[in-house]
Amino acid sequence: MSTAQLPAEPRTQTDKSSISWRRILWITAIVLTVIFSLAPILWQVLTSFKTNADIEAVPTVYLPTRFTLQHYIEIFARRPFANYMFNSGFVAVTSTLLCLLLGTPAAYALARLRLPGERIILAIVLVVTLFPYILLFLGLLEIVRATGLANNYLALIIPYTAMNIPLTILVMRSFFQQLPRDLEDSAKVDGYSTWKMLLHILLPMTIPALVTTGILTFIASWNEFLFALTFITRESMKTIPVAVAQLSGTTVFEIPYGAQAAATVVGTLPLVVLVLLFQRRIVQGLTSGAVKG
Amino acid sequence: MAKLELSHLNKTYSPKIIPVKDVSLDVDDGEFLTLLGPSGCGKSTILRLIAGLEQPTRGEIRIDGKNVTQHSPGDRNIAMVFQSYALYPHMTVYDNMASGLKLKRVSSEEIRRRIEQVSLFLGLGNLMQRKPGQLSGGQRQRVALGRALVRQPDVFLLDEPLSNLDALLREQVRAELKQIFESQNTPVVYVTHDQTEAMTLSTKVAVLSNGDLQQLDPPRRIYTHPANRFVAGFVGSPQMNLLDLKCEGKFAILGNYKIPLPGRMTPPPEITLGVRPEHVRLAEPSDTHTLQGKVILKENLGMSDLLSVKVKGAENQTLRALLPSDRPWSAEEVTLALPPDLIHWFDVETGDRLTSENLQPVY
Repeated sequence: MSTAQLPAEPRTQTDKSSISWRRILWITAIVLTVIFSLAPILWQVLTSFKTNADIEAVPTVYLPTRFTLQHYIEIFARRPFANYMFNSGFVAVTSTLLCLLLGTPAAYALARLRLPGERIILAIVLVVTLFPYILLFLGLLEIVRATGLANNYLALIIPYTAMNIPLTILVMRSFFQQLPRDLEDSAKVDGYSTWKMLLHILLPMTIPALVTTGILTFIASWNEFLFALTFITRESMKTIPVAVAQLSGTTVFEIPYGAQAAATVVGTLPLVVLVLLFQRRIVQGLTSGAVKG
Repeated sequence: MAKLELSHLNKTYSPKIIPVKDVSLDVDDGEFLTLLGPSGCGKSTILRLIAGLEQPTRGEIRIDGKNVTQHSPGDRNIAMVFQSYALYPHMTVYDNMASGLKLKRVSSEEIRRRIEQVSLFLGLGNLMQRKPGQLSGGQRQRVALGRALVRQPDVFLLDEPLSNLDALLREQVRAELKQIFESQNTPVVYVTHDQTEAMTLSTKVAVLSNGDLQQLDPPRRIYTHPANRFVAGFVGSPQMNLLDLKCEGKFAILGNYKIPLPGRMTPPPEITLGVRPEHVRLAEPSDTHTLQGKVILKENLGMSDLLSVKVKGAENQTLRALLPSDRPWSAEEVTLALPPDLIHWFDVETGDRLTSENLQPVY
């Protein structure tokens, strides 16, 4: 018995050590990835809480000991950052809603209604997403000038909606396609009209996809810089990215690092909150149980 | 309460794709009609035409004498059970069952009364507040059935409702289905490719192939008097022996053996013989027509053995025989008897059934 057991022991030991080696590698990889992607953000957050003296100190203060809210107070009290936030929020929310409102029915039609020329429409939608949007910029500028839309929220809402609709259509279409067709048939037999079916049966199941595409559209609109910079010149209508970029000191030589960092954090925070809020919705769990699974 | 009539129903997608060619059927109250056929025979399309999910190219659908061909699915007062159950995933079991009734503006008391009755009947009582995702396959199936039953429709349509259940559960639910629909006294149309379901559940079976109705008869008659070669081969397991034989005088020639043709028929040069494996038996001394052959394969099916036998003198013809496993035979050679009254004859060209009556006029 004992002779039979002996050779087994060293093997279990090597097994154990190889597993722990893999664990160490794994953890190292995670830590490195997290540092790589989060370090700049962490730096901004730290800077926004540092005092001006610490920011300018040489050698660099990596881990501050003194914290201040001065920069946050400054951007909200001395500059209209609440106003900028509202502008960004209004433009992003409106274009997101418009995008979903227009894109979702279009996606449903393209997924289910066997339209003539469906492939051509899809190809066009796809091609639109391939345009580098900088190419559209000059043309749009002319249009904005011609229609007198400059310094109007519509000058941003319309292009943002247009830019994000192809994504909405493509994502929602593939989502509709994977919904079981039997469900729609079942609803028809139950007596639902097409609109009622869309509202009562399909929409509740579509929420995860709507939220996902909605968040993507919202982020894209919230972060957009070039159109916002060019089409809006009135101070009270500027959006966050433009405002952050134009933050400057009283002289050319004074760069308000602290205020810039605070503005960046403030501008990013809504997106983080949004994603955290809807995180559970994004996870697709709603269609389970409709059909055999 | 109602009668379902289909007359000259046709569905054409393109000149080459015609899933339903010309189908006329009646289903009366309390009748259970099964549409049986291999996949792609048009049976599901017929069901979808009845439901109104698709429009027929030609023909008419009448429920209770009223032409409903142009009505939308919701206005036909039908209930349909889908293969995938198609329960609304975001609604509770109760709401799933109630949704159709709410749209019909049935009073909420009446809805509650009907759902209580049906859920008691199906044993769903304690599942009412669950969502479909929290149910097992069998329970979902039952909810789908319940949703159809509370509608109290003029016609029930069922599209392969058992095919997603595992074998054991399927047998159990099949028995339940039979009891449920016997108590309903409403026309039922049931689609399946499973002949056991067709045989056990239905009062009438419509066998379909390539969009054509092959035979419409009670299940017993489909088995004993298949209308043509296709039905003979499709219904029955193991499959019927179908052998193309030359004719000589009043006999069909199978290897060294002559099998008498029935009646006073003038035989065609060739004929198809059909005999079910379960009707082929070991020969007894009293049998007059026997044939010998070599056993090339034995498959044990538990209560019986399925033998594949090469008949002497006919090397390319294999006859399969289902023999009770308690009867001994020599491993190599067997002597079999074909009971003359259980042999079916089919036209080689058309596949139609030949009887002594319809062969007579051939002079």
